[in-house]
Amino acid sequence: MNSALQLNAHGKLKHFLSIEGLSKALLTEILDTAESFAGITGQAVKKVPLLRGKTIVNLFFENSTRTRTTFELAASRLSADVLNINIATSATSKGESLLDTIRNLEAMHVDMFVVRHAISGAAHFIAQHSAPHISVINAGDGQHAHPTQAMLDMLTIRQHKKDFTRLKVAIIGDIRHSRVARSQIQALNTLGAQEVRVIAPKTLLPAQIESLDVTALHDMEQGLKDIDVIIMLRLQKERMTSALLPSESEFFKCYGLTQKKLACAKPDAIVMHPGPINRGVEIDSTVADGPQSVILRQVTNGVAIRMAIMSMVLQQSTEPVA
Amino acid sequence: MSKILIQNGRVIDPANHIDHLLPVYIAAGKIVSVGQKPADFTADIILDAHNKIVCPGFVDLSVRLREPGHSRKGSIRSETQAAAAAGVTSLCLPPDTRPIIDTPSVVEYIRDKAEQAGYPNVFPFAALTKQLKGQELSNMHALKTMGCIAVSNAMCAPQNLLILRHAMEYAVSHDLPLVLRPDEASLSQGGCIHEGAIASQYGLPSIPAAAETIAVAQTLELAILTGCCVHFSQISCQGAVNKIQQAQNEGLPVTADVAIHQLHLTDTDLIPFDSRYHVLPPFRSQADKTALREGLINNSLAAICSDHQPHDLDAKLGALPETEPGISALETLLPLTLQLVAENSLSLSQAISLLTDKPAAIFSLDKGSLSPGMDADICIFDPNKNWQVNKDTWHSAGINTPYWEQTLQGKVSHTLQSGNIIYQDNA
Repeated sequence: MNSALQLNAHGKLKHFLSIEGLSKALLTEILDTAESFAGITGQAVKKVPLLRGKTIVNLFFENSTRTRTTFELAASRLSADVLNINIATSATSKGESLLDTIRNLEAMHVDMFVVRHAISGAAHFIAQHSAPHISVINAGDGQHAHPTQAMLDMLTIRQHKKDFTRLKVAIIGDIRHSRVARSQIQALNTLGAQEVRVIAPKTLLPAQIESLDVTALHDMEQGLKDIDVIIMLRLQKERMTSALLPSESEFFKCYGLTQKKLACAKPDAIVMHPGPINRGVEIDSTVADGPQSVILRQVTNGVAIRMAIMSMVLQQSTEPVA
Repeated sequence: MSKILIQNGRVIDPANHIDHLLPVYIAAGKIVSVGQKPADFTADIILDAHNKIVCPGFVDLSVRLREPGHSRKGSIRSETQAAAAAGVTSLCLPPDTRPIIDTPSVVEYIRDKAEQAGYPNVFPFAALTKQLKGQELSNMHALKTMGCIAVSNAMCAPQNLLILRHAMEYAVSHDLPLVLRPDEASLSQGGCIHEGAIASQYGLPSIPAAAETIAVAQTLELAILTGCCVHFSQISCQGAVNKIQQAQNEGLPVTADVAIHQLHLTDTDLIPFDSRYHVLPPFRSQADKTALREGLINNSLAAICSDHQPHDLDAKLGALPETEPGISALETLLPLTLQLVAENSLSLSQAISLLTDKPAAIFSLDKGSLSPGMDADICIFDPNKNWQVNKDTWHSAGINTPYWEQTLQGKVSHTLQSGNIIYQDNA
């Protein structure tokens, strides 16, 4: 459903809202573009003039230091002007509707909205209701999607593992409430991963988990067998108070990644986490800081991926229409 | 008052087992005869119903008029006019107006406004509890005296089973049936779509079918305990249909209806995040839809209603979870019911029965048939006429329908209310 909205008449990215409906070729193009930007971020002068004169608005209805910072950094390295709007302390708390906020910003002739919102579908809604010249990038909507996070994870996996078709990937933890997991699963399946497993108690799995095209398991040691890539998810504290889990300690005992459990996976398995980490809840410090961890590499890749997506999305708008 | 002759039409009057080309004679607002010409009858008005169907006006068991209290969404005038255009001549109004229908003066206000509008009969349901808060009993006797035909919880679940039990006992004492929309709030809270594949894939807050089935099961036990007649409104899932059928087989006085859109749409039909598909109960699975259609045949579901809920634009302007649930459904009631006939789920006579005599019988309303002496509440429709749902053909103040700008088949040409022509299609 999103593909029609996300792509322009030439099949180029107009918005980036969800992995759903995007082709393997397009995801690969994003990864390749990001790879080319990864070089720039290592240089002394870290800027390219690709988006000079463009104005990008970070529209964050939910707090997020990490994601917002990488978007801001990515935009400034592309020489775009960036406006950060923290809606939690802005107009909508004064009663202005979401759409009024969007209209006002449009009237200031901005080019792109980077949207983070607590409601599933919010970025999609904004994309549908924005002026035609505006592109929208989803920086996380409710429990639906976080596609830029999924793509930076794919970049990290590709840098370490090369061929997706031979990979077995396990995603562990709170799948039910995770927009990151949903986007990762779609990206891994599109890129042709051999197997995607999710490991969690039933309380943390979506009701119809099989419809996500994954194998669901409740036992971690069994689930990690033959695994090449381990993705741990962040556990929110409120899962304990809403009777989804008894305690952090029991969760850690069953699903926390320790050296012992890590040994069940392939010896060269990599360990990932979208951050921020709850040490001792979903992952042990020795694993998070250990040799198999690529968690900081994910952060580095976050900037390159967002540069890639922003430049692809804004450059399609300047291409002449045939 | 004019004498009216409706001629050349195919009369379908399921209550009287009539399905023939017959003339209908109307005088003094009443049906005088179907078929046999009464002595000394000279028609003042002759309506030609060639290639059309003449049937009792529809009895819709759930229509929100949005007045009093929600004037941005619609008014008694606008929505009863939409009802007339839909062939509906009698409608039941759930009590969640603002103020809530828990005091006689609110009933009086609605009755007066509806009479002024001159459109269909409005039968209000009284609130089951004061302010629909699920805590204290409403003044059921006074509300019944003012014309309420049942007590209802509308969209609000009773706070606990003890209060529901007491409300049912008190309703029995005043010979009032309970209209219950079954929903176990602790399971449905915050949900906006069916708990199925789509909710899992799109990360949307969901409502399991069990939220409805559990509420039905509990209420059925209380019906046995209290002897209260229960009508379940807007059933959406297979489990609930099965429980109701089983109870009916055991002789319990329970009935149920289904909203027309539930018989057509499932969760996989919804365009993700499109607020027009936000409805409660939510669109369920294919298996549920099939069970609902079967329920119409085996009588566990005795009525099709519109569950009309018009909204203003702002109420639907947002991603689905942020918006208000409900569909403006009166004017698609007939074409979507006819679609069930086209898809061989029902015969035409069965379909009309589910819109006329069967819903009337649930509340013992003297409506829904063309028997001599009855009020001349009549719908004449062209079953083959195609029309597009758009601003030129629409009457309701709410345009919140997934069928907007679609072409549907079957259109009302005339609606008569007590012998007055309250709607005539000029297109």
